[in-house]
Amino acid sequence: MFHKEKSIQLKNSASALYNNLSVLRIAPRRLTYFTVVHANVVNMVSTSWDGLNYSHRQLQSKEPNVATSTSLIMQAAFCALPSRDLLVVSSQKGIQMYESDGSIMVYWHALDTPEAPTAHAVFARGISAVSDNYICVGVSSGAVLVFDIPSKGSNITLSEVLEEHKEAITDIASECSGSQECLANLVTADDGGNMCVWKSGEEFQLLNKIPGLDITCSSVKLWKGTVLAGYGTGQIRLYEAVTGILHAEVNAHARWIYSLDIAPFSGLLLSAAEDSFVRVWHLAITPETNSVEIAHLHNECVTDTQICGAKFCDGDGYAFAVTGYDLSEIIRYVQS
Amino acid sequence: MSTRTLPLLFINLGGEMLYILDQRLRAQNIPADKAKKVMNDIITTMFNKKFLEELFKPQELYSKKALRTVFDRLAHASIMRLNQASMDKLYDLMTMAFKYQVLLCPRPKDILLVSFNHMDAIKDFVKDTPSILSQVDETYQQLIEMYTPLSNGEFQLIRQTLLIFFQDMHIRVSIFLKDKVQNSNGRFVLPTNGPVPRGTQIPGLIRIFSCSGEELTRLQFNNGGNYSSKTVVCLQVNSAPNPLAKEELNLLARLMGGLEVQKPGSTDTGFRVNLFATDEEEEEALISRPNELSYGVISIQATKDQQANAELTKIMGEFTESGDPSSSASSKGDDLLAMMDGL
Repeated sequence: MFHKEKSIQLKNSASALYNNLSVLRIAPRRLTYFTVVHANVVNMVSTSWDGLNYSHRQLQSKEPNVATSTSLIMQAAFCALPSRDLLVVSSQKGIQMYESDGSIMVYWHALDTPEAPTAHAVFARGISAVSDNYICVGVSSGAVLVFDIPSKGSNITLSEVLEEHKEAITDIASECSGSQECLANLVTADDGGNMCVWKSGEEFQLLNKIPGLDITCSSVKLWKGTVLAGYGTGQIRLYEAVTGILHAEVNAHARWIYSLDIAPFSGLLLSAAEDSFVRVWHLAITPETNSVEIAHLHNECVTDTQICGAKFCDGDGYAFAVTGYDLSEIIRYVQS
Repeated sequence: MSTRTLPLLFINLGGEMLYILDQRLRAQNIPADKAKKVMNDIITTMFNKKFLEELFKPQELYSKKALRTVFDRLAHASIMRLNQASMDKLYDLMTMAFKYQVLLCPRPKDILLVSFNHMDAIKDFVKDTPSILSQVDETYQQLIEMYTPLSNGEFQLIRQTLLIFFQDMHIRVSIFLKDKVQNSNGRFVLPTNGPVPRGTQIPGLIRIFSCSGEELTRLQFNNGGNYSSKTVVCLQVNSAPNPLAKEELNLLARLMGGLEVQKPGSTDTGFRVNLFATDEEEEEALISRPNELSYGVISIQATKDQQANAELTKIMGEFTESGDPSSSASSKGDDLLAMMDGL
């Protein structure tokens, strides 16, 4: 169903972090950007669709004062809003937002870091664009920061702090930007597997809480009103967002899931875990009849690799890319 | 990332170091009383109260250079002397061994079990010396108190922190290559068969539910691996050294080269230890570990930490032959090193 294509070489290897791959497709310029985090560096690769041109860039996490200490990056993700695309980098020190090509930093938000380290680590993790003009970033305290993004310029402001989670945020996802109208358009997940479902707006509204079973939800997606959640036990669960009804449960992987992705136009779902497997599934969701179907389509085994990132390269799921711990390449697969 | 990683890193690396040294001392036929003294001295230094107090404080991990320096000091906390090459090899082995264990932990919390196994072995080394044993016991208690309440998610953060520390280390270790646990490119073999961790189901089942919660459909899919559900429990058993272990230590010994004896101190007679004179000796050092911690060959690539680390330079600058601690130690590594020098 899929076959392997030529890999993209990286300047250094991927770190073992959840959702450690982000992809941005720039159709007008026939380019695709990839970002992979290595410790305190974001590796960016820009590839032309004809496969002939590659360019690399590295972004370091900003250190406002101290020259010697390292600030490890937890996640780097592209946020595609109707008016602009931004690259958001979340680290132990704070949140940086860049123009999507990584050329200019447009915003910096510092986290409240205590004078001396405390038993609970401080970091930002979980990044998503929401609706037309928001970007949400999670924090280790469980808070979710909501940033208001103007259509251009650097006048980005912190508009709200959502405080529902008690454990560190792991991942955030949204759907329905632009013209679509959705009841729920944001889901946030934490280390205990608890999830909150929100509706964005001037004030974000909490619609539902889906309790976890003390099992980390490491990756989450929202599609057609359904929460797709990947867990540390290797399970994938599909919940109806606003009601919390469990529609499907898949014993998908033998180890901790690190990444989920959905191709919204085709309903293809991608899951990747420490067990070296990437799996492709097909989802059929009919909100009107409350019916959910999930079928397994394909497996890829990346030998001797604990996978940490897997993303579709386009909205149809025609191609996907994979990163693994200690691997200095982005492996690509294309439908046969 | 996690501010609770350093104690686990130190104790597990220290435990690995002690396994290797213990085997080497016996393989080299070092007189039992001298060997015991070496082990006791190192363990006493490792579990020094003030040292551990500093270690257990919430803090970021040390840089690779800083941690290496800590272990250099630890390895020389006795009358045993190691040359640079031997110390390099010892450190390579220790780090690759622990990297392997961290990578292959079925669940993040299993890192704690690995740590307990190392602690058990250390206790066994000093079981005849009550004063040191009580120190080790106290630390054991501290570990239990500090880490047992942590969730799996918090342990995964600790594990991710450790994996960043071990990133890009692919040094090939002959015993691991031989046991086919490591590939010739230095990467560990990650099997897609065997038991799934406790709490995880064998991949293959899809269940669809109705709105009222009853199961509507069951589907099976091929998971591409060969998993079983037999649970593996990490037992704390001290197994007798494997005679084959001798072979392995010899290999390591050959790779590490012989030790040069340094001029003995005025009172204690130092002694020469060929840490790993032959390949066989190297393998021996690794095989003699308890079975539940057995690993295959691990490729280690010694990483070169290119960054000039101001903190580290300061630490290094404070090293003197006499080993007097600097009273103006200010950076985090300094405190620990100063304490070690002062012991």
